[in-house]
Amino acid sequence: MAPEKIVLRFGAETSDKPIIYHLAKDYDLIINIVKASINPHKEGTMVLELIGERYSEGIDFLRKQGIAVNPLAQEIVRNEDKCTHCGACTVHCPTKALFLERSSMTVNFKGDDCIVCLMCVQVCPVKAMEVRI
Amino acid sequence: MSVERTYEDINARIKAGKAVVLTAEELVEKVREKGIAQAAREVDVVTTGTFSPMCSSGVFLNFGHTKPRMRMTKVWLNNVPAYAGIAAVDAFLGATELPDDDPQNSDYPGEFRYGGAHVIEDLANGKPVRLKAYSYGTDCYPRRDIETTIKLEEINEAILFNPRNCYQNYNCAVNASERTIYTYMGTLKPKYGNANYSTSGQLSPLLKDPNFSTIGIGTRIFLGGGIGYVVWNGTQHFPGYLKDAAGNELCGSGGTLSVLGDLKQMTGRWLVGTSFRGYGTTLTVGIGLPIPILNEKILEYAAKTDEELFAPIVDYSESYPNGIPGNLGLVSYAQLKSGRFQLQDRDIPTAPLSSYAKAREIAHKLKSWIQQGEFLLGVPSQMLPGPQAALNGKSLVVK
Repeated sequence: MAPEKIVLRFGAETSDKPIIYHLAKDYDLIINIVKASINPHKEGTMVLELIGERYSEGIDFLRKQGIAVNPLAQEIVRNEDKCTHCGACTVHCPTKALFLERSSMTVNFKGDDCIVCLMCVQVCPVKAMEVRI
Repeated sequence: MSVERTYEDINARIKAGKAVVLTAEELVEKVREKGIAQAAREVDVVTTGTFSPMCSSGVFLNFGHTKPRMRMTKVWLNNVPAYAGIAAVDAFLGATELPDDDPQNSDYPGEFRYGGAHVIEDLANGKPVRLKAYSYGTDCYPRRDIETTIKLEEINEAILFNPRNCYQNYNCAVNASERTIYTYMGTLKPKYGNANYSTSGQLSPLLKDPNFSTIGIGTRIFLGGGIGYVVWNGTQHFPGYLKDAAGNELCGSGGTLSVLGDLKQMTGRWLVGTSFRGYGTTLTVGIGLPIPILNEKILEYAAKTDEELFAPIVDYSESYPNGIPGNLGLVSYAQLKSGRFQLQDRDIPTAPLSSYAKAREIAHKLKSWIQQGEFLLGVPSQMLPGPQAALNGKSLVVK
């Protein structure tokens, strides 16, 4: 069985808790941290590969801590025709995959830095950010 | 001798292909190089632009008559209700109107995927829109219901009429509370997690003419990609000045415009259906105003830079919803555009809701229309009230 790839999104109130420790100790899961970041406002995002018999209990535990859990089986694409380059997404993108290029004031999207947290999909006022499965 | 021009002088120069037109950004550069007096001697017109969500927007439609004839009591377009309490087959569709079955905020924060603004965008893009209407029957209008498909080109008129657009200046919104809030200023993270603003700063039309010296009824403008007009002051038009702690006047604030134009000239590129999570739908409107340089004073205001223009910082978790006056301080558009600013000991990242890139494109488009002689200045038949009118908002009191 291949490990599941998942994206976790933490609020400031959970980002300082030893979540990974509990996944390993209490649920006996094997964890590979692919990517992790905490922004200056203490909001965290993490991409994990996770495997073990008690996988679904581990996921329930994460959700009970108020952590958003999403599968990484998705890709985010920008609909270039729809994007108005307003910039509303840039402040919500945890990895700065979406950022304003300051002289042109246009929004750039570096897909490689995207961890599919889906924040941009929720905040984009013109629905230019799309999920592809 | 300082320069004086009339609208007629400038229009004659436009017709002759001799008018000197700069965008408000280009003017900033010109003034840096040559100073105010010389720039005023050289420049005839300065173009501005904004591309922002403007909720007070909508369109008057006339669908044409059926056989047998029908008046319309209730009208829906793509399931979004339009107001039909006017003459037969006329209706007004507002940008923030939602389908009757939209879950709104019952599953908070709601998505508000499609509303009146999206219908307006679909119409402007020439897409087919489902029209449903019913009426009681009369001797002169016997038909009682209809369901059909319309396109913009197939109906008689579509008049975009936006009673409050083009806000002169706007709050920079923050959230002081402990939870994420969902507002018309976008999603605001807790504890000052971000600051959202919605003005194009040094390109913004009414920031460049704070005294309303050149803008009045009949001012011809870029509206949604077509030519439109200022037809009145906007609702809640309370022009004044933003002042610093010492009471010095910094820049304009509080003015609004009523604008009108033919939707058939416009495109969805400049009128975009917009959704704010947890708030609702709105229309992002592209507007550009030409500022005729009638004298040096007008040019001096039109040349104000992002460093000289400010927004008030307002808490949208407590102060705004409860109508508590005042602000947490002022921040310049230069700071806002840099991506972050300091408020006391906090470093707050910023995000615009207004597209500066599109505002710039609008100012350039209007400039090229004028240079090519396709767009003459509209001479206002009456000026709008300016700061000296000292207009103030009234409160609604429960009696």
